Amino acid sequence: MFISNCTDILTTYGPSLWLGVRTTLLIAITGTVLGLILGLLVGGFRAVKLDFTASGAARFFKKLGDLIINLYITIFRGTPMMVQAVFIYYAMLNFIYWSPMEAAITVISVNTGAYMAEIVRSGIQAVDPGQTEAARSLGMSNAQTMFTVVLPQAIRNAFPAIGNEFIVNIKDSSVLMIISITELMFQAKSIAGSTFHFTETYFIEAMIYLILTTVTSLILNAIEKHMNRPSTKEVA
Amino acid sequence: MAAPMVEIKNIHKRFGKLEVLKGVDFEVQEGETVCLIGSSGSGKSTLLRCINLLEHADDGQILVFGQDVLHTKDVNHFRAKVGMCFQQFNLFANMTVVENCMKPQMKVLKVSKEEARKTAMKYLEKVGMAEFANADVRRISGGQKQRVAIARALCMNPKLMLFDEPTSALDPEMVGEVLNIMKELAEEGMTMIIVTHEMGFARDVADRVVFMDQGQIEEQGTPDQLFNNPQSERTKEFLKASVYK
Repeated sequence: MFISNCTDILTTYGPSLWLGVRTTLLIAITGTVLGLILGLLVGGFRAVKLDFTASGAARFFKKLGDLIINLYITIFRGTPMMVQAVFIYYAMLNFIYWSPMEAAITVISVNTGAYMAEIVRSGIQAVDPGQTEAARSLGMSNAQTMFTVVLPQAIRNAFPAIGNEFIVNIKDSSVLMIISITELMFQAKSIAGSTFHFTETYFIEAMIYLILTTVTSLILNAIEKHMNRPSTKEVA
Repeated sequence: MAAPMVEIKNIHKRFGKLEVLKGVDFEVQEGETVCLIGSSGSGKSTLLRCINLLEHADDGQILVFGQDVLHTKDVNHFRAKVGMCFQQFNLFANMTVVENCMKPQMKVLKVSKEEARKTAMKYLEKVGMAEFANADVRRISGGQKQRVAIARALCMNPKLMLFDEPTSALDPEMVGEVLNIMKELAEEGMTMIIVTHEMGFARDVADRVVFMDQGQIEEQGTPDQLFNNPQSERTKEFLKASVYK
């Protein structure tokens, strides 16, 4: 009974489930990539330590930037993404017209960025400060040191946590159905509503999420292994 | 006599309430090899780090190559002319041996990749590390790391080399290979300031030995004067405790 109901749902609603999977992956991937870029900028900015060579304007800019970043991280880590999604989507509709999809990608990216900023910062802090001193002693600037020495190592240090954010996004993008994004959760809810096979439908949905996250973590593990192999490469 | 390459006048450095340098005057001539010795916390590393601005002296004057270092606008350009080697080597862990020597040249001196590689190989050859050019820096021994660090500094064509306890983190059988390279550099006429606990090396290679105590220079002179005929009580005490007879 259970099994035959499941196969029925899969054959009849396969295409709409597939649409849900594609939307979920699209949002999770875009959100993680944009969030990482945002996190690198924000986390990198936060980790910069100004020494005596910095000008007064640079000091002011850094202080102000730190304040804004603190506020951003506090707000986006301190409220649920579902609440962020409804609030930001409807609030912005007062000023611009944007589609739920645009809103969804914005919200998940900005939300992920807040977490990524902290991940990147701790990755940076794990890089031996002696290397920064060596780079400065060779005449490299703050920015050159950050981009050629510190960030490449910080990303490698932080890679497991960055990958984890991607898996979290695959699952947590489900809350975006609140602004009627047709991702996997939304599709499953509609199917359950029309077939009344709630258990079977949500069972299938859970299995699909499980497959997505398991395959993703296998891929991430392989990448991590590849990154940690001893390097013998030439200068790129 | 020509103007000294390094001329330090009455510098003070405080970390919070702790005054680490209490008015130090110090000069180094071009081509001279000077060893700084003294107990931990005597201020010798801080003095060294003030010279290339890794620490910013609170007071006094530092002239290097005739340039007022504490008020220089172009810190990075100045630092490129002063090589430094650290106790913990501080090689860039995301790069191979040869990349460690190439990247700073390409970034700071803006030389081409080919030219950077040529220079890098020349100095890796000099320190006997050419065959490890493509090795992962995390997979070579401490002595090899310090030799690469010396090559990396030399690639920038410095006029002055600073060494901050370059052999203190090494296994005993690795110390010789690093000191031999430093001795070779000294003999070639490189100006060097070396913070060290290797008394034998200081005696053998230094033109002048400076003994620091409690943030001040207690006594200085040729190795013969300082080791065989120290004047101050504190120097005698230090040498008695640290030199095995």
